[in-house]
Amino acid sequence: MKASEEFKKSIFISLWFMLLTFPILVIRVNTIEKVVEWRWRNMAFIGIGSFLLSFVWRRLLSRKERGRQPAETGNVETLPLGRRLLAEPRIYRPALTALALFTIAFPLLFSSYQTNIMTTALIYVMLGLGLNIVVGLAGLLDLGYVAFYAVGAYSYALLNHHFGLGFWTILPVGGLLGALFGILLGFPVLRLRGDYLAIVTLGFGEIIRLILENWNTFSFGPSGIANIPRPGLFGISMTLGEATIYIYYLMVALCLFTIFVVNRLQDSRIGRAWIALREDEVACQAMGIDKTRTKLTAFALGATWAGMVGVIFAAKTTFINPASFTFMESAMILSIVVLGGMGSIAGVILGALILILTPEYLRAFSAYRMLLFGTAMVLMMVFRPQGIVTNIRRVYRFGTRGKESRPAQA
Amino acid sequence: MDYFLELMIGGLTRGSIYALIALGYTMVYGIIELINFAHGEIYMIGAFTALIVASVLTMNGMTGVSVLILASVVAVLYAAAYGFTVEKIAYKPLRQAPRLSPLISAIGMSIFLQNYVMIAQTSDFLPFPDLLPALPFMEPYSHIMGSTELIIVLTTALATAALTFFIKFTKLGKAMRATAQDRHMAMLVGVNVNRVISNTFIVGSALAAIGGVLIASHVGRINFSIGFITGIKAFTAAVLGGIGSIPGAVLGGLVLGWTESFATGYVSSDYEDVFAFCLLVLILIFRPAGLLGRSTVQKV
Repeated sequence: MKASEEFKKSIFISLWFMLLTFPILVIRVNTIEKVVEWRWRNMAFIGIGSFLLSFVWRRLLSRKERGRQPAETGNVETLPLGRRLLAEPRIYRPALTALALFTIAFPLLFSSYQTNIMTTALIYVMLGLGLNIVVGLAGLLDLGYVAFYAVGAYSYALLNHHFGLGFWTILPVGGLLGALFGILLGFPVLRLRGDYLAIVTLGFGEIIRLILENWNTFSFGPSGIANIPRPGLFGISMTLGEATIYIYYLMVALCLFTIFVVNRLQDSRIGRAWIALREDEVACQAMGIDKTRTKLTAFALGATWAGMVGVIFAAKTTFINPASFTFMESAMILSIVVLGGMGSIAGVILGALILILTPEYLRAFSAYRMLLFGTAMVLMMVFRPQGIVTNIRRVYRFGTRGKESRPAQA
Repeated sequence: MDYFLELMIGGLTRGSIYALIALGYTMVYGIIELINFAHGEIYMIGAFTALIVASVLTMNGMTGVSVLILASVVAVLYAAAYGFTVEKIAYKPLRQAPRLSPLISAIGMSIFLQNYVMIAQTSDFLPFPDLLPALPFMEPYSHIMGSTELIIVLTTALATAALTFFIKFTKLGKAMRATAQDRHMAMLVGVNVNRVISNTFIVGSALAAIGGVLIASHVGRINFSIGFITGIKAFTAAVLGGIGSIPGAVLGGLVLGWTESFATGYVSSDYEDVFAFCLLVLILIFRPAGLLGRSTVQKV
């Protein structure tokens, strides 16, 4: 009886979606030739697809409901299998070594095209880690993160164009400028609640892009800036292939540096203040944490990474224009953080690699890339808000001096 | 003087459309405290549906006002259906989640809907047929106010009046106000809160679709990305007037429309969108509760 009821429900849902998608998915009007194209096949796909998916949806939703109860009542200690394997030094040490070797050997094993893609992925790893400070740790939804990325990229391009400054001089300058803009944005919006903050940061990102697009005398407008030099290495001249490999290693080093810093930040005084602020603003203030300063540092530090990555991006592509810094870019970085798991370093890295590399290697999907991102963001929030890799809180335990004493207590 | 009047009317027209869309934002925010990022996309879908229906009808030999009415009715129905479905999929499972979750889900939904329309239809701008009839008695004033502008302003006024009546006097409207005030209390006195929320999305989306049809026939072309920037601006209008307040949304829409119109007319048209964002930032800093909103004290 219950099965037939579910069946009926799914039939209804599939009819609903067939009706809902009818005008947009089935009819296509060619206004020039005055013909109407009827794509009935799409309707059949939607019907069958939504029928099957409605079962999956209900199953997942009920599993989520059931999963919530035991987690609240009791056993929180059980860790997933992957996590337990990684906690074992005999397993994670060789795995880490293999990963390091693979990373180092990558440009030697694969073509420079592949290396280029990997460098792009690493750029997004760094952007994701930077945004993770703001969104994941401090819980401030920043939808204009790409503005700081643009600030970095343009500061290299413009300072190089006007004053001939080199890559290594500007890398820290780009970071500082990013931090400066972060504080500049941070000051007025600090008093705003979470959702207003999202809108204002979005507006800020758009303002920066519109200024870059329209202020021709300053930023050369929509046509952008070309012939930006690649990073140098003690004046050694490199071929294009060598430069690609060099930038790849540079990115790997910077990523490691970022991971190190973010990891240290997380457990520092300021990092714990961010997490406290994310969880409960009022309680956090009651504990004597300066809200304004904590939020400002989150903004500034997050923006620093974006500024630095912007400099590298400009040096890597040797050409930038405002079209590279649209809201979609911000949305992509945000989905990296959300998908990977807010607050988790490993999650963000995994998220960036999945989101950037998958569309590159599955060319058939590249048209559907943003569609899938959007879907993934919704599904992730509904079914797994903690992301692919759950961030484990550091827990202070009373009275346990090591693992052997725990069973005795229990 | 004529130039001033022209800008004035232009701003009024523009502001009316913002107001229509802002009403949807404000109603949803009033009830579940969520910025419905997908609302701009609903407006875009309304415009697309109207375009498709109108094109099919004109190709089959229909003309005149009947096309306009049929296309608008279908667009309103479909936008309402989309609004309803979006709420069921992306927001309803997240009622108990932390505030950030539905916001991210809403952004995801907005990206999804944009790309859905882009893939299913086209990424090019499509010409939108001029559906609104030309009113002969407006002919002598056409240098200041065309008949399209008049229709837009009148429709908005009518829709707002109808909405105010609906919220004030109908049973469902009362239930909506009760839910907005205190969801749990409303539940206790027997209001079906889930149904009220669904209905809010339906009404808001229908208004957005009306806005979509009007602006599309005014501007004359649409594509999949029109919803995003208009949505942000309509949200600005809602915040400007005081989010959650219906007269506030209308006032905010008009103020924003005039600001943009005069700023582009007298300063520079390159920075049209920058003015709106600057206005938003200024309002949030100096008067976060908006022009007509009451500031709320956070209770612990």
